[in-house]
Amino acid sequence: MINVLIVLFVVVFVAQVVRIFEISNIITKTKNEVSDRSNHINGILLLLSGIGLLVFFFWQRAEWMDQTLQISASEHGPLIDNLWDTTMGLIIVVFLILTPLLFGVAFIYRGKENNQASYITHNNKLEFFWTAIPAVVLMALISYGLVVWGKIVNQDISDAMVVEVYAKQFNWTARYAGDDNQLGRADVRFVGGKNELGVISQSTKDSQIENLDKKIQKLTNDIKKSENPAEKKLISKRLEKLEKKKKTLMTYFITTPMDKLMAAEDDIITKELHLPVGKKVLFKFRSQDVIHSAYLPHFRVQMNCVPGTTTQFAFTPTITSADMKKELNNDSFEYVMLCNKICGAAHYNMQMKVIVETEEEYNAWLETQNQTKISNL
Amino acid sequence: MGIEGHHKENFFSKYVFSLDHKMISKQFLITGMVMGVIAMVMSALFRIQLANPGESSSILGTFLGRWAEGGVMSPDIYLSLVTIHGTIMVFFVLTGGLSGTFANLLIPLQIGARDMASGFLNMLSYWFFFASSVVMIVSLFVQSGPASAGWTIYPPLSAVPETISGSGLGMTLWLVSMTLFIVSSLLGGLNYIVTVLNLRAEGMSLTRLPLTVWALLVTAILGVLSFPVLLSAALLLVFDRSFGTSFFLSDILVQGEVLSHAGGNPILFQHLFWFLGHPEVYIVLLPALGITSEIIATNSRKPIFGYRAMIGSILAIAFLSFIVWGHHMFITGMNPFLGSVFVFTTLLIAIPSAIKVFNYIATLWRGNLQFTPAMLFSIGLVSTFITGGLTGLILGDSALDINVHDTYFVVAHFHIVMGLSAIFGMLAGVYHWFPKMYGRLMNLKLGYIHFWGTFICAYGTFFPMHFLGMAGLPRRYYSNTAFPMFDNLLDINEVVSFFAIAGALIQVVFFFNFFYSIFRGPISSQNPWKSNTLEWTTPVERIHGNWPGEIPSVHRWAYDYSKPGMDDDFVSQIVPMKEGEEEHH
Repeated sequence: MINVLIVLFVVVFVAQVVRIFEISNIITKTKNEVSDRSNHINGILLLLSGIGLLVFFFWQRAEWMDQTLQISASEHGPLIDNLWDTTMGLIIVVFLILTPLLFGVAFIYRGKENNQASYITHNNKLEFFWTAIPAVVLMALISYGLVVWGKIVNQDISDAMVVEVYAKQFNWTARYAGDDNQLGRADVRFVGGKNELGVISQSTKDSQIENLDKKIQKLTNDIKKSENPAEKKLISKRLEKLEKKKKTLMTYFITTPMDKLMAAEDDIITKELHLPVGKKVLFKFRSQDVIHSAYLPHFRVQMNCVPGTTTQFAFTPTITSADMKKELNNDSFEYVMLCNKICGAAHYNMQMKVIVETEEEYNAWLETQNQTKISNL
Repeated sequence: MGIEGHHKENFFSKYVFSLDHKMISKQFLITGMVMGVIAMVMSALFRIQLANPGESSSILGTFLGRWAEGGVMSPDIYLSLVTIHGTIMVFFVLTGGLSGTFANLLIPLQIGARDMASGFLNMLSYWFFFASSVVMIVSLFVQSGPASAGWTIYPPLSAVPETISGSGLGMTLWLVSMTLFIVSSLLGGLNYIVTVLNLRAEGMSLTRLPLTVWALLVTAILGVLSFPVLLSAALLLVFDRSFGTSFFLSDILVQGEVLSHAGGNPILFQHLFWFLGHPEVYIVLLPALGITSEIIATNSRKPIFGYRAMIGSILAIAFLSFIVWGHHMFITGMNPFLGSVFVFTTLLIAIPSAIKVFNYIATLWRGNLQFTPAMLFSIGLVSTFITGGLTGLILGDSALDINVHDTYFVVAHFHIVMGLSAIFGMLAGVYHWFPKMYGRLMNLKLGYIHFWGTFICAYGTFFPMHFLGMAGLPRRYYSNTAFPMFDNLLDINEVVSFFAIAGALIQVVFFFNFFYSIFRGPISSQNPWKSNTLEWTTPVERIHGNWPGEIPSVHRWAYDYSKPGMDDDFVSQIVPMKEGEEEHH
């Protein structure tokens, strides 16, 4: 009700404003067209808005700049930050030149009845310069950007610690590769029970098949007991499905090479991401349902997780969580991994805690994760 | 078509199934405005949520009903709102509403044609657009909610209904609506191209065409080349959704079941989508740039500076727009080398864009500027084009994109450079050509109030979003309360929401002015802005066939303003060259 009243109020208000305009126009005999006076007023307003825009810009920087991510915590972070500062510096300079120029010119040449505009159609020399200068600046910017890009994507990953980051609606799971630094093969068809990531190994296969066999056994008994033909049909359908699943699992298992099966046994599944400081880590990303994006803003890392394929990103964390807390003077600070690709209703709350610590702390933590080792599942 | 083919008109043939390009243009405009209001109200609603995350609001309860139990917006409907807001704004307002209105109105009038090449296809184009709008609106009311996978509808989210509620019937209707929309756009686009190429008046060479027509022509070409690719993507998605194919789907586990799809790749969809999606940015932007070129020249009482450079930069932007789509996909796992190529082509677009900005400012320089509302919106466009375009240098750089991809920095960038610029261009066009559409003038002072309110609110809404993005806040987040690191961003969000809602309210002034002036505005003179182009040589009464007698022939370019040696500060294109007069541009 109150909303309807507000809408009505606005309509009536605008109508009254227009009436006042119409009446005042009749009284002052001004016409509904541009005049020297309106040009003057709008010219001044344009000048003020140009100044206002710059003031607004500087005010925002003063007010909010400290809430932006100032410190990067990875080896390639400063590369990106320097490129950012250079590009940002450049565009701020251009912004600070062009904005006053635009609004200033608009103000200076505001129309007057007796003024005459100049007939200027083009100026080849001028146009050459303002084509060439941006072109040169951009070439420099492109080259700088591509050098940085190259350094980030072409890192030497031969001795990087391999960690799988697994996305699903709406949480993250990590898989550490264990002592061999080799991740075992995985597939969504193997997901089941404690095997959240579908890792294919002797033990996960055994437990899954055992599980399936139990179900099949039960259904076979049910079918014998049942006297209702419709129910029989239903159960036999379910049975068929389970048999098919069993077959699929066996196929995947048999086609997995022995070394991959072995590599899987020492993989460790965790719900927190711990990283040793100063050690290069290679993230392998997978998703089981929709596209997610693993976003670690403090490390300047982001990569999509795409169902059906594996993506990757390598980086080296440089500041431990403890040091960052001191640096930011914030005891409750934690690194996080967010989801940054719309993935469903709880997209806004899909997160995983990331802890960067010393090598010893990391090793000690990993020890405690033994119960989620694949061979112990 | 023309006066020879003039037939008896009744209400339906005049106002509904009209074949006249001027009426069709108004139909596009009004439909676009209705859709625009819907999308704008949606943005106001989700801005309320973002400024008061999770708090109860009677407004939300009123508008959203069961989607906002107790006045608290549900995450599902939040995602639907941003999805439909984006879809409507990009396609229905800034493509259909903008191109549809001004290509229809201006192409025949400015090239000196009696109507479009095919009036019938033109009518079909509108009615497909209308049907598409209706389907989109209907989709808002389905039980499982409207589409909610983002306006980019990336599968698998958009393909598997179990992953999000909006991907059920809502998504089906979205795809039906977009299919109708694409048909409309293709019918319209082909017609525009054929008309410009074949029906120009005598003497209207391509180098005498107003820049509006150039921009609309190139826009139509972009649309005809890129929309079919979106259509194919949409059809493949329909196949994946309904007929069990696996173009985009593979290895998906939802609710404990592995789907039977295997071997597809979701990234393929993104390639197809952005092959349209990036040209689409310029389909939205170029008509606005064309409109403002015309308005700035007219109201500066000066020739547009660098006419040929303006055409060249339109063509360069159009060409480059086809080879930059990958900059939306730097972090999809695409080959990094391919990423480098897209960085290169993307940043090149800054060159023709810079040329356009410099030319605009040079046109203003030493002019005699007449600040009509149309002129103010055009200057506003140049400002937003500068501000928003510059941050493109950051997002187009793959290394920098890593950390701001899909954050509010992107939202700020494209809303300023594409959203604001295009909407400013559209509003400028409405103010400027309103007399040609309705034979009356809009109220000037209300126009000023509208411009200044809109301009201030526009910057107040979108500029602070850069800081949200630099703080790492992802877009499409229902609320930022789930992360302690975003707690202190609430004050920025409050500023944004305040200006967004104020900006939406100020549009009431515009709509009032628009509809009031249709009926009560002062009668316009034949050439109220003292403009050179051909549309102002037609009578104020809008007649079928445009010119009552012969179509005038064209003797000069469109920008002879303040030419020395002439009686007035404008010379219509139909005035023959004086003896010894030079045609220089």
